[in-house]
Amino acid sequence: MKTILKTAALVLVAGTIVLPLTADAQTAPKQAAAKQADPAVIDAYLKSTFGKAPPEWQARIEPDESLKTCNNFRNDVPSAEADKIVQRELAKVVFPADGKLLGDWKEGKKIANNGRGGQFSDNEKTVNGGNCYACHQLELAEVSYGTLGPSLTSYGKDRKFDPAEAKQAYTKIYNSHAVVACSNMPRFGANKFLTEKQIKDIVALLFDPESPVNK
Amino acid sequence: MRRAAIGSVLTAFVLCTISFNVGAQDASEKEIERYRAMISDPMSNPGFLAVDRGEILWSEKRGSKNASLEGCDLGLGAGKLEGAFAKLPRFFADADKVMDLEQRLLWCMQNVQGLDTKDVIARRFSGPGRASDMEDLVAFIANKSNGMKIDVQLGHPKEAEMAAVGEALFFRRGGVMDFACATCHAEEGKRIRLQGLPELSKAGKQAQETMGSWPTYRVSQGALRTMQHRLWDCYRQQRWPVPEYASDSLTALTVFLNKQALGGEINVPSIKR
Ligand code: HEC
Ligand code: HEC
Repeated sequence: MKTILKTAALVLVAGTIVLPLTADAQTAPKQAAAKQADPAVIDAYLKSTFGKAPPEWQARIEPDESLKTCNNFRNDVPSAEADKIVQRELAKVVFPADGKLLGDWKEGKKIANNGRGGQFSDNEKTVNGGNCYACHQLELAEVSYGTLGPSLTSYGKDRKFDPAEAKQAYTKIYNSHAVVACSNMPRFGANKFLTEKQIKDIVALLFDPESPVNK
Repeated sequence: MRRAAIGSVLTAFVLCTISFNVGAQDASEKEIERYRAMISDPMSNPGFLAVDRGEILWSEKRGSKNASLEGCDLGLGAGKLEGAFAKLPRFFADADKVMDLEQRLLWCMQNVQGLDTKDVIARRFSGPGRASDMEDLVAFIANKSNGMKIDVQLGHPKEAEMAAVGEALFFRRGGVMDFACATCHAEEGKRIRLQGLPELSKAGKQAQETMGSWPTYRVSQGALRTMQHRLWDCYRQQRWPVPEYASDSLTALTVFLNKQALGGEINVPSIKR
């Protein structure tokens, strides 16, 4: 029964995608031009909603310097600010001591598929995943991929397995803002969500010629 | 009778799946029609069972005052249900607060019925073998605004504050993945894995269709769910801390989303995956 429901669920989702969603905004909003909310007022709201969470959880939603700027500009940062963010975030990237950037693509494949970790429903034993498929297409055989990010199929092959490109990918995954200021992609290494080893395994998924991403 | 109808709809789902697997993109117009019909057919939407239960709860005498909720003012006068949900959340002078439907119901339980709401809050989301008064009441009350347009109130300064804070929260990034609502809901036609994501950062049709379809019966969860549950689940996916039930940030987000959805038609409970 459960599986039936799950499959039914899938169909409903597919149905939703098929249904034409015309998005012409036609309503004339009757409200006056909205005023920006006062930061102190926002803090009070946050306190009332998240104030009972453990201190380490509350610390997580305290924006750092870069995120503060991203929030102020709703990610659309002017170029001077963007440069500052990229410099600041680049300084946070830690490269492997032995200089080897490619780990095991088979492990990387598991990490890319794993969307667990960081949710209040997880426990201490949960192994964090990269959740790459939530936003990216990677190997063609995997049809359940999201579209918030660009497709990464054939990523290493398209870049001729160039080590400089692999280093750039390591940087991107470690700290997406070190490449694109206010990227919507998580800062996996900088936020200590994935380990160095996990990131190397994912880089291998992108850059190992044997990886299904490059087949 | 109702059960049999529900069963046949589930069978229809399975048939859909088969043709999906075989014919890939061969989602015929017929199947979409069937899906649409099912959404609007009370006989095949289990969410209407919650509406029925909510109706009983609404008139049941409870609490130290042995009173029913019929003395509860949802904004249009005590006991007035038609169209009340369409204008929520709104400012209530007696509580000196902007409240969404769930906050208001809790207030009425405490103040009109003299009910200790601890147990009601513990059962805010239903689970297997655990009914939720709140889900049932919301289904019943929201259904009384069917066919009406979302008409969120923004005239009172506190209501305007809610809309402004809700907007700021929608764009506020944080948590181990640096996510905001806007990460997932600020572009049209995007999806996470296979789940379609409505664009809610702009006023318009997608926001209207979204907000006009909650509360909804979630097939995957086998339960009627309210906007409080939806936002709780989105904050989970956002990797933020657990939001306190019926707290101000959730109401602020609801005001903001309803502002984006102004004029959208309410048709609830709907049914979703
Ligand atoms: C929440 C969404 C999200 C997740 C999760 C995510 N990404 Fe991204 N990613 C993006 C977006 C959006 C871009 C494009 C904008 C940018 O470059 O910042 C991007 C860009 C990239 C790029 C650069 C592509 C190019 O143009 O060369 C790489 C490589 C990449 N992601 C890899 C990954 C990997 C590997 C993972 C998982 C460990 C991952 N991403 C997880 C959203 C995401
Ligand atoms: C990491 C991704 C993610 C984030 C962050 C997120 N959501 Fe969602 N949201 C989803 C997904 C996925 C769905 C659809 C779920 C489904 O179909 O089961 C959804 C559904 C919704 C819906 C209902 C849509 C419908 O058509 O019924 C609303 C409303 C909503 N989100 C609002 C928000 C708000 C407000 C926030 C911020 C507090 C937020 N979301 C943050 C992923 C996200």
